[in-house]
Amino acid sequence: MGGYFSEIFNGSKSLLIGMGITFREFFKPTVTVQYPYQTIKMSARFRGHIELIADEEGKPKCVVCGMCERACPSGCITLGSTSIEIEVDGKIKKKKVLSKYDLDFTKCSLCGQCVENCSFGAIEFSKEYNLASTRKEDYHFNLLERLKRLEERNA
Amino acid sequence: MSAPIQLRPDETFILNVGPQHPATHGVLRVKMQMDGEYIVKSETVLGYIHRMHEKMGENRTYAQYLPNLSRLDYLGALGYTHGHVLAIERAAGIEVPERAEYIRAITVELNRVASHLFWFGAFVMDLGGFSPLMYAIQDREHILDMLEAVTGARLTYCYYRFGGLYNDVDDDFTEAAKRFIPRMRKSLKKYDALVTGNIIFQKRLEGIAPVSAEMCRKYGATGPVARGSGINFDVRKNEPYSVYPEFDFDIPVYHECDSMARYKVRMDEMEQSLRIIEQGLEKLPGGPIMAEKKPKNIKLPVGDFYQAVETARGSFGIRIVSDGDKNAYRLKLRSPTYSNMHLFDEACEGMLIMDALAFMGTLDLVIPEMDR
Repeated sequence: MGGYFSEIFNGSKSLLIGMGITFREFFKPTVTVQYPYQTIKMSARFRGHIELIADEEGKPKCVVCGMCERACPSGCITLGSTSIEIEVDGKIKKKKVLSKYDLDFTKCSLCGQCVENCSFGAIEFSKEYNLASTRKEDYHFNLLERLKRLEERNA
Repeated sequence: MSAPIQLRPDETFILNVGPQHPATHGVLRVKMQMDGEYIVKSETVLGYIHRMHEKMGENRTYAQYLPNLSRLDYLGALGYTHGHVLAIERAAGIEVPERAEYIRAITVELNRVASHLFWFGAFVMDLGGFSPLMYAIQDREHILDMLEAVTGARLTYCYYRFGGLYNDVDDDFTEAAKRFIPRMRKSLKKYDALVTGNIIFQKRLEGIAPVSAEMCRKYGATGPVARGSGINFDVRKNEPYSVYPEFDFDIPVYHECDSMARYKVRMDEMEQSLRIIEQGLEKLPGGPIMAEKKPKNIKLPVGDFYQAVETARGSFGIRIVSDGDKNAYRLKLRSPTYSNMHLFDEACEGMLIMDALAFMGTLDLVIPEMDR
């Protein structure tokens, strides 16, 4: 019989202890932010979708070696190139120029193999995360055009 | 007017828990033959989110398979990627710098604490208490912020590389981790008073769902489930890998075999993980984070390689059969919850359904990891 009452007493005590903890939490500072009205700063290493980097002239640094395309586990990068003729030291040479850089972001798993395998530092992760859409086509990025847009905005 | 359904005294009915059910935490279906509120027989049906991860491992090169490993268990992904890189490094004979291994151990243990915190919150929510989930997630958020600053991802990390790491940790990370440890210890005390001491919680777990050591061995259960049944087995101690022999930590073992024992093992494990992180940060050596001699395209020698690691859910094993090519001939993933889940069918016979769902919570199921 004594055990019965002590259990009631100890049980009620444990419930009150728990309620005391939740009550104290009321007066703790708020840790959540009101997204989308408030946002937090993205960390420096945040991995968004990839982006081309421009050189001083505003052209993409990419030399179309195709390392990113081959390294990609899901095959979401498609490259295209055209060759142009340029004059170097009075001689006419052929040079490969990037004409297409398509990223199918629906397949990308953001592993970073493309950025890691790029020996020319031509691609980086963007900080873009507001990518919600109901259409699949919105995730097929034309990075070359995106770079042009970004350059125009910066100019 | 239809007459009410009359069941014969010996008649049973089939109850489907899942495939979409909050208690299963994913797409898992459990077919239960019920006699009133008691379970007569249960059958687990898997395969709703099977993604052929093993087959993908045979079609991709070893480096391309890296992101797959973090898609198995989304709560403790680093442990799985750790197993994969260790297996490849041992097979290819790549020496890993000490700093890289220490950072691996620290991040894996942080991830283990994050995983246990989420399990704790979700488990108490299964039993009907909502506040602990919010507190647990608040603590977990600190870990995710730290790991995001280092790895660039919050959940599906792709941080370890063959021979080292993707990038180095900075002082911000070590400072944040050092600040986190005392904070987490305080939180653990709070959880102890709020949940472990709670009379309703104790009454629902103590003496419920006994899983004998025999049954654990029969089904190959590992991790906290086995340790809650008195089996002192932890891959970190029994088959040491990485830099774990350098750390001083204990393996919590409980002999009660009930749901409470499995709960207590995980709560104690968080404290032990904090100890490992503390020692790791103290001992963290300088130096490179990537091996110097590392082939660009990894090809394993012909042979059969196996590596086991202790993840948050138990012993995870990866077996690679190589024919000398740049991708595996056969790749087998031994996932802990797959084995842990299978003792559910036998153990829950004759149990009340609410006890069985609480028992399922103590198994710490992550369905994508079970259903690779």
